[in-house]
Amino acid sequence: MNDRPLSFAETFFLGLAGLVGFIGLWTFLSVSGIVPRQFLPNPLDVATRFIQLLSAPFAGATLPMHLASSFERYAYGVLLAAFVGVPLGLLMGWFRLLDDIVTPIFDGLRFIAPIAWVPFAALWFGTGIGGPVMIIFAGAFPPCLINAYRGARFVEPRLIEAGRMLGTPNSRMILEVLLPAAVPSIIAGLRVSAGLGWQSLVGAELIVAAAGVGFMMVQAQGSVQTQTVMVGMIAIGLVGMLIDVLLRQGEAWLRRRRGLEA
Amino acid sequence: MKTPSNRKGLIGLATLAGLIILWFLLTSVTGWVSGGRFPSPAEFWMSLKQISGRGYAGATLASHALHSLKLVAMGFVVAVLTGVPLGLWMGWSRRAEAFINPVFLIIRPIPPLAWIPLAILWLGLGDAAKIMVIWFSAFVPSVINAFTGVRNIERPVLEAARMLGTPRWRMVREVILPAASPMIFTGLRLSLQASWTTLVAAELVGALMGVGFVLNMAQQDIYPGMILVGMITVGLLGWATTLLLTRAERRALAWNVAARD
Repeated sequence: MNDRPLSFAETFFLGLAGLVGFIGLWTFLSVSGIVPRQFLPNPLDVATRFIQLLSAPFAGATLPMHLASSFERYAYGVLLAAFVGVPLGLLMGWFRLLDDIVTPIFDGLRFIAPIAWVPFAALWFGTGIGGPVMIIFAGAFPPCLINAYRGARFVEPRLIEAGRMLGTPNSRMILEVLLPAAVPSIIAGLRVSAGLGWQSLVGAELIVAAAGVGFMMVQAQGSVQTQTVMVGMIAIGLVGMLIDVLLRQGEAWLRRRRGLEA
Repeated sequence: MKTPSNRKGLIGLATLAGLIILWFLLTSVTGWVSGGRFPSPAEFWMSLKQISGRGYAGATLASHALHSLKLVAMGFVVAVLTGVPLGLWMGWSRRAEAFINPVFLIIRPIPPLAWIPLAILWLGLGDAAKIMVIWFSAFVPSVINAFTGVRNIERPVLEAARMLGTPRWRMVREVILPAASPMIFTGLRLSLQASWTTLVAAELVGALMGVGFVLNMAQQDIYPGMILVGMITVGLLGWATTLLLTRAERRALAWNVAARD
């Protein structure tokens, strides 16, 4: 193994070579006609289409409008998961009986892929906003619950003993001892949830939605507009990346603040 | 420490019994939850009997399940056979990492499910498209964890092996691979989970066979009993394959005290 870290120039040029190779191969396959352009549009086609879709509607809306309607559902689903999952996790971390009751149910449901809830979601809440929100919820819920639970369970026993000795009631114990101590773990869980929720959103929109980026992609697939499908993939990737970066920043900010307080 | 685990088991059983009783009460006895929303136990049983005997959506439950299992196995194996070596190589050579990483960083943010429309465009509704999306979804965790596994090997272990003049091939087989294997298995577990999610989604979007297809047909027929059968089958398949992988992991890592747990 070569342990010596590469110089900046080496890293830069090797990386550049990789990227050029990737995009070059893609362009070559498309332009030379080895793969029909209809199925593999070249990078320029995709870029042009991306710019077009910023203002021209496809499947009833422009790309920003599709993204906005996707994001609305996504935000509802993830917030719902956080508002149900985190308190439930904290409560389970404090009340042993609740833990023993919920854990087997949760473990049983865990093996069902969130996307398998699609038929019931559509049946119960329709395909407008309710169904997709439920599927996003199903994807984003587990990390919220697990991380709040773990955070609450691994609070320093000394803190709990001190609180008990002072006769702190359960509600204040949870809000003022467990919650603050579990915050780092909860934040980490929220970040995972945000990623999984975004994944579930894509799945939900491919199957049941009537608007949104996923819906746009399915429509494009139906009319064999490969470049539009690829624009959708890129847009989804970019937004997912943006969400992750923002949450990372938030996490770092929170950590710095707590570090200063301590 | 026998009492707490006994208590846990008892409460778990009581919960399960309570849920089944509640299910009976809400559907069959009081009818508060209508059969059009959630099936009663009797309806569930009838759906199960129908799909096991006469079949539903073109085949029996066993053949649908087997078909899905086959696709997951194929996509998963291809992903592991390509992802783990790539991750090992990137962990081993900084040059390889520098070369591949930017491309990897561009592709990684695209959720596996977003490949489904493209896979259908390229390969149609058949098995090939499913194997392709499963491959993509299971590939990333395999690469990342194999890479991390190699990078986390303690320096002295490598230096000792190198000082003894271990040839390259033996270095890979007897030092790198074993030391990275706990991490590799973590990656495999994530890959397996991703494989099932992707397959079910892909079959829901378009398929001719498989458990996702059963779910899709049941949704279109508004047949709650069959939806429940499909969901439980998905859960059982996921559970069984995870169990299999855990067994394999325990056998492969039998030498490793930390992993025995």
